[in-house]
Amino acid sequence: MSIVDARHKAGHDEAEGAAPGKVMAEFLQLVFSGLTVGAVYALVALGFTLVYNASDVINFAQGDFVMIGGMGTVFLMAAGLALPVAAFIAILAAVLVGLLLHRLAIEPARGASPVSLIMITIGASIFIKGVAQLVFDKQFHSLPAFSGTTPIAIGGATLLPQSFWVIGGMLVLVLGLWVFLERTLIGKAVLATAANRLAAKLVGINVTVVLALAFGLSAAIGAVGGILVTPITLTRYDVGTLFALKGFAAAMVGGMGNPIGAVVGGLLIGLLEAFGAGYLSSTYKDAVAFVAILVVLLLMPQGLFGRRAVERV
Amino acid sequence: MTILQVEDLGITFGGLRAVDGVSFQVSLGEVFSIIGPNGAGKTTLFNLVTGIYRAGRGRIVLAGEDVTRVAPHLLVRRGMARTFQNLQIFFRMTALENVMVGNHLAERTSFLADLLSLPSVARQNVRTRARAMELLERVGLAHHADTTAGDLPYGVLKRLEIARALAADPKVLLLDEPAAGCNAVETEAIDRLIGQIARDGVAVVLIEHDMKLVMKISDRVLVLAHGRRLAEGPPRQVRSDPAVIAAYLGEHGAREADRAHG
Amino acid sequence: MLKRVLSSRLAVLVLLAAIIAVVPVLAPSSFYLRVAALVWIFALAALGLTILTGYAGQVSLGHAGFLGIGAYAVAVGPAKLGLDPLLSLLLGAVLCGLVAYAVGRPILRLKGYYLAIATLGFGLIVALVLTSESAVTGGPDGMQVPRMVLFGWRVSGVSTWYWITGGALLVGALLALNIQASPSGRALRALHDSEVAAAGVGVDVAKKKLAAFVLSAVFAGVAGSLLALMNGFITPDAAGFMHSIELVAMVIIGGLGSVVGAVVGAAFLVVLPQALTVLQEYEQAVLGLLIMVFMILLPAGIVPSLRRLLLERAA
Repeated sequence: MSIVDARHKAGHDEAEGAAPGKVMAEFLQLVFSGLTVGAVYALVALGFTLVYNASDVINFAQGDFVMIGGMGTVFLMAAGLALPVAAFIAILAAVLVGLLLHRLAIEPARGASPVSLIMITIGASIFIKGVAQLVFDKQFHSLPAFSGTTPIAIGGATLLPQSFWVIGGMLVLVLGLWVFLERTLIGKAVLATAANRLAAKLVGINVTVVLALAFGLSAAIGAVGGILVTPITLTRYDVGTLFALKGFAAAMVGGMGNPIGAVVGGLLIGLLEAFGAGYLSSTYKDAVAFVAILVVLLLMPQGLFGRRAVERV
Repeated sequence: MTILQVEDLGITFGGLRAVDGVSFQVSLGEVFSIIGPNGAGKTTLFNLVTGIYRAGRGRIVLAGEDVTRVAPHLLVRRGMARTFQNLQIFFRMTALENVMVGNHLAERTSFLADLLSLPSVARQNVRTRARAMELLERVGLAHHADTTAGDLPYGVLKRLEIARALAADPKVLLLDEPAAGCNAVETEAIDRLIGQIARDGVAVVLIEHDMKLVMKISDRVLVLAHGRRLAEGPPRQVRSDPAVIAAYLGEHGAREADRAHG
Repeated sequence: MLKRVLSSRLAVLVLLAAIIAVVPVLAPSSFYLRVAALVWIFALAALGLTILTGYAGQVSLGHAGFLGIGAYAVAVGPAKLGLDPLLSLLLGAVLCGLVAYAVGRPILRLKGYYLAIATLGFGLIVALVLTSESAVTGGPDGMQVPRMVLFGWRVSGVSTWYWITGGALLVGALLALNIQASPSGRALRALHDSEVAAAGVGVDVAKKKLAAFVLSAVFAGVAGSLLALMNGFITPDAAGFMHSIELVAMVIIGGLGSVVGAVVGAAFLVVLPQALTVLQEYEQAVLGLLIMVFMILLPAGIVPSLRRLLLERAA
């Protein structure tokens, strides 16, 4: 995210003691960068939501799919593949990791306590990072922008063409996911499982397959996010941690388990972070997401769009 | 003497009036049963009375004091203890330790004293242990004292919960389906235990599906349906109330009631 | 009989004391003593989590934050404020307690995943502050920790620190065992299984959780101070996310709620990377794999599983 920072700072310097127009331009600049990063958080949050709804598991390795997408594409392109081919293979790789994670770590631990499941997926996340260090390397990498780097000027602020890819890609994925869940039989099985696992099982839905599907889909969504955003923010074997944390914050702010909440939460965290970095301190921008979580958790534990749960005893 | 007084209590969940203007009072030494079909709001009523749910309307008076807004852990200080429909046992602790926790209110050592294991803590532990052992004997579980609760069968755990509640020395004891899932012998034991507790002067409020047990043991019965009071009175009167038979017991139940009667 | 011995307070302390006494005899070089001292330090921090997570069932993924606060207290106190190192250690412990109180009051209302993420956020913020406020903390490169001087005696040398950390661990173990067998300990273990039932018999659930959180923070803080004093150098990495995870992993791999388990878990996770330095490249992958494998195959942890095996043999 360092390049985004650099642009904030540049914008900030120009706006020093500036006219109202410049203040507005700076504001717009922050909105653009906030929405861009926020779109990726939204995708990670959507991945969390999908897995959580299907299995009640919070997958702390969710952010590592973003890394696999980005790093995978970088290295496949370095090996001579064209961007679309490299991206496709990287997404497949992420899906494979997601399916293996479900099959080898989540399935065998079914019925374990939340603490155990937290540690299992954190262990998985550490493992994935460890392997990524070996397979890739420990350096930062970037991808060429998909359609040039000529900034587009809007209202005095500038927007990179890649930002359109990120935000547009997020919208397409959200729409695609919605169509899949609402319009296909297997999608409806996922929704049914999320609503009531036992009932789904009783009407003949193969819950294990549905859970595997949820893990695979969430991995694909994360990987796409990673590929789209890497030209702007760079990637490294360990970027997954912060994406996971912020994606989780986004999912929680929106109300855990609510897909629309996940998207709104993601954009909101992105914006808050951009404003925090632009107006307050770019050093502490990573803290913004957490302050947001704490405020939301303490004021309205069910999130913006979540339903209130009644404890049954 | 009236110890617990519930006035016009109500709560709504998402538009559904789970409990809708229920009133009753219970006296010391009395067994007061609450019956009704599944979903009638019996357990919700318990959760309201014990402060787990916040009442939307109405008042709860315990020993002459309004306790409607009092937190659950403070209610027991004023003399109210309960058991739970789907067991809330401390599964990782032994049976004895479960009952020892029940004595928590009487334990006066501070966290710091506990940390430093001051002599007062050892003395407290001895007292608590003796009292818990006494209660385990009373409910007939002394031989299970050192068994981890998670390893004990369901019927035994029902009695363990009663012992834990009794350890708090309550004036009002709320029992949520103590005989559910118990065999005939265990039900018989619980029947005798409830009788004893009431004779000791404790007001027992009982939710139970076992009609035979209810009709035998209760001084008064409150019938709930759809969160409202359908009838209230001595078992004999409630049993023959046509509204109760029609709305709650139904055809099958009427026959059963006849049998219990005869 | 065997069960009584295995669960007696004295037996556990004697066992730990014996191990601490024997290691120097067997250690072929001071390197091994140093590693053992590190084990005692991390075991002390893990014992705090034994109380919080093991007894009370509350997760914290940010306890390295307290480790960091304790560590920087003995670095910043003497270097920037001219305070005595021992006083700085005590002030660091108090500061950890106060911070835990302030942070714990609101966030301990949360449960499960929510508490996990909130504590994780706390740890991250502490690490961020330690990294960013370089005027005070020396920034990402860390800072020197002045040597401790006790009544004119300059505390240094591996074996000195070995005994100091071993002694600290014994005190920590004694306190953790004291709590376990006390009214407060029973209340904590009770609310672990059912908060509703614990409240139902009069346990002030919020207050007890907070007490456990504050105590565990003080444990971690003292461990952090000892770590910094022994190493003579400290970086913000002490407060990092990986350390928080390692602390939780120690407690779970050793056996949740078991005092000996915390020490075994700490030994496991401290010694392993030392053994793996040969394969340094693989360290992270192996650590992640181990955490997963243990959680899936031995969810009860090493010590309780061994204990059960022993009791079954005896029976």
